[in-house]
Amino acid sequence: MTFLFAVSAFCFSVYAQNPDRTKPPLLPAPKKLNLPGVQQFSLSNGLKVFLMEKHEVPLMQLNLVVKTGSVEDPDDKVGLANLTLDMLDEGAAGKTSLQIADEIDFLGARISTGAGVHSSGISLHTPLSKFDDALRIMSEIVLKPDFPQKELDRKKKDRLTSLMQMHDQPTAIAGIAFNQLLFGKAHPYGRMSDENAIKNFNAGMLKDFYKKYFVSNNSYLIAVGDISKNDLIKKLESAFGKWKKGDIKRNNVKEPAQVSSRVVYLIDKPGAAQSVINIGRIGASRLTADYDPIVVMNTLLGGSFTSRLNQNLREQHGYTYGASSRFAFRHVPGSFVAASSVQTEVTDKALVEFFKELNGIREPLTDEDLNRAKNLVALSYPDNFQSVAEIASQLEEMAEYNLPENYFGNYVSKVLSLNGKEVNAAAKKYIVPEQMIVVVVGDRSKAEDGIKKLNLGEIKILSITDVLGKVPNTEN
Amino acid sequence: MRRIAVMFIVLCSVISAQSQIKIPYTRHVLPNGLNVLLHEDHSTPTVTVNTWYHVGSGYEKPGRTGFAHLFEHLMFMGSGHVAEGQFDKLLEAAGANNNGSTTEDRTNYYEDLPSNALELALYLDSDRMGFLADAMTPQSVDAQRAVVKNERRQSYENRPYGLADEIILKNLYPANHPYSWPVIGSMADLSAATYEDVVEFFRTYYTPNNASIAIAGDINPDETLKLVEKWFGAIPAGKPVPPQNPVAVKLNEEKILLLEDRVQLPRLYMTWITPRKFAPGDAELDVLANILSGGKNSRLYQKLVYELQIAQDVRASQGSSRLSSQFQVVATARSGHTLSELKKIIQEEIDKIKNEAPKQRELQRTVNQYEAAFLNGLEKPGGFGGKANQLNEYFYYAGNPDYANEDLSRYKSLSVEDIRTAAQTYLPDNGRVVLSIVPMGKTELAVQPKTEGK
Repeated sequence: MTFLFAVSAFCFSVYAQNPDRTKPPLLPAPKKLNLPGVQQFSLSNGLKVFLMEKHEVPLMQLNLVVKTGSVEDPDDKVGLANLTLDMLDEGAAGKTSLQIADEIDFLGARISTGAGVHSSGISLHTPLSKFDDALRIMSEIVLKPDFPQKELDRKKKDRLTSLMQMHDQPTAIAGIAFNQLLFGKAHPYGRMSDENAIKNFNAGMLKDFYKKYFVSNNSYLIAVGDISKNDLIKKLESAFGKWKKGDIKRNNVKEPAQVSSRVVYLIDKPGAAQSVINIGRIGASRLTADYDPIVVMNTLLGGSFTSRLNQNLREQHGYTYGASSRFAFRHVPGSFVAASSVQTEVTDKALVEFFKELNGIREPLTDEDLNRAKNLVALSYPDNFQSVAEIASQLEEMAEYNLPENYFGNYVSKVLSLNGKEVNAAAKKYIVPEQMIVVVVGDRSKAEDGIKKLNLGEIKILSITDVLGKVPNTEN
Repeated sequence: MRRIAVMFIVLCSVISAQSQIKIPYTRHVLPNGLNVLLHEDHSTPTVTVNTWYHVGSGYEKPGRTGFAHLFEHLMFMGSGHVAEGQFDKLLEAAGANNNGSTTEDRTNYYEDLPSNALELALYLDSDRMGFLADAMTPQSVDAQRAVVKNERRQSYENRPYGLADEIILKNLYPANHPYSWPVIGSMADLSAATYEDVVEFFRTYYTPNNASIAIAGDINPDETLKLVEKWFGAIPAGKPVPPQNPVAVKLNEEKILLLEDRVQLPRLYMTWITPRKFAPGDAELDVLANILSGGKNSRLYQKLVYELQIAQDVRASQGSSRLSSQFQVVATARSGHTLSELKKIIQEEIDKIKNEAPKQRELQRTVNQYEAAFLNGLEKPGGFGGKANQLNEYFYYAGNPDYANEDLSRYKSLSVEDIRTAAQTYLPDNGRVVLSIVPMGKTELAVQPKTEGK
């Protein structure tokens, strides 16, 4: 073993004194985040590309985004987008599922495919040295999927079994129930793929969905890595340059109705050691003018370790391992939800504390609280630009919502310049405790009486079957 | 750990890359024994301070299990010059994220900060290394005790199959072996921990001579070293840490266990005791785990999930630790299938490899994936998976912070015969724990105990 020792022994005697610990050290000003520019260009067929070069480590991240997600599922085919994306690498260009997997695994590269709510993606992460080979496989998956029925049958069985297992999982049950009850079971943000929908899927439906939405003018590429624009254009042109355009019709997502009064939904999970609590209402869209104040406000309410919810429920009362809150920003307003898993015996007490904080955040903020939340959001921002995958996520957000080119450069100063009034206004507008639904998944026999006494609002009892449907029959 | 995430129960050996990939560093040792590792990365104006205390749940005594992890929680409750609650508030106000985690072998802490805030982390970390006991009270012990019990509930009692690890460890290792209890400890022991126990633990294990700090990011190494000396230099060294008594362990029987749980599907766990991290056999078993369950073309996945479709999932792993490791195969049966069916196939596949070495392509595929994964590990300086943590991990387990090339060469030098030999040597049929977790009342789905009679 060899070690390098610094030649600094002479310093030791000087510094082995006690430093002044009576207050934290004064810090110099934060350094500016300097990022390479975002290069935007198009291939010969109009397919747009966003590139940020990153040369520290020889890696490539390439995300192809299709501007279609689960919101485009027809009402009787909920889960179609998800299944179509999942099936892309199960057979393409005549290669089988196992062949494709073997090729990509042997390279040490990863290709993942998946559908989101408003968009879907095929993502490639690879050492630079394997980029050409991996890109070829990615282009086959994107442009020539075969949708073999045999693999689809396997995937369907897999989904039915996952749905079965969800009946065991209180956090999953709470999340699904919350969205159903908040948005309604028919709304694209509230619906789920049930046993019937899963069983009805056939390869023809997936092929139709693919043909309809997988066209070059409905997509764009995000590239981050150790490559120059000129090298990249050549490779992307070869991989995707011949992809054709098509006519796209998109469904408009209805803006969901806000919660009008408070209702408690108690879903019985007998014997549960903890109650999973989700409380919330409709939040805001990503393009709201209130975005930055909301982010800072939520950081203080439930988006940090020192947040009101976490300090109260975890550190002060010991009811939970953690409590948090989140805004799901989408094209149309998504949810605001505050959540925690609390010891069953204190379910009612925890609910009291939740509402104490949800009301409390509406009061004017101290300077200390405001500055701490602003600083956490703004000064930790550079962390998002260290890995090719993280940078690609930032670029995706920029592309998805048409954020201005200087968005990254301006972010820190924009957040730091917020004042208490703006953040307080966001709390008053978006955190309205009387207009929230409360979902509790827990042991009804232990929790119900205590919840009744709180008089939060009407209490409705649901079963897990009401939320997920009955346990699917997976043996055919 | 304190935040909601997976608690590291066993470490997997770190994977590495081509010979030109390294994490350049300098190492310094203060007179009080504190090891300091420094690495520069100026790609973003950030820095991370990552500290490893060389103590974990394996240093606990029976009756006081869960202690190291409970103590990790107490490290955030304030110290001699930092009032309770201020640790996190000061860091967040400077734009920093922080966390900690505990395993059987070690406890680590990190702060990810904008680079201008480096000295704040050093002030806070040195204050809790030197002066934590000054601020600890029976009340703060009680407060974190409650939090940890909820952490246990969330990961064990309220999670499907959550009690598997505890049962396996108790049966895999002899009573009182340092690895025979889970890191989180038992509810009873958590209740029994006293304030005096906590203070003694701190004075014994949380000393500069039992710790190493890795600082990675946008730093000037000379100035950084001066700051480390300024804040940590005056903390006195502690007594040498009492050694663990490594008890040689070997399981000489197949133990068949059963647990009924509120689950829809039965799940099978097969676990062996295997060579410790970096010892001969460790790399071979990493590779074997990947050949068995890594990707669609792996032996177990292809057979159980893809072809026969009798399992919903299957995963093999070599979890490597300081005293010994665990090789484990976990599989969940699909509805209408039993764990005996699954075990039969798993047994067949392991026997196949014992009888005939895997293909060169399977071995090469694994090595290629490890090389690629090591490249990924070079991107971020901070967090649990970044460069600073890797320097500390290699330093602790191998005595060399930049051990990556040696680590990789373990894999590159393997032949397919080595994999076969490892399977024969380290995965005996009569030395393992077989646990079936089945839905309530469905014991017929479990692996049945043998009926030869004893």
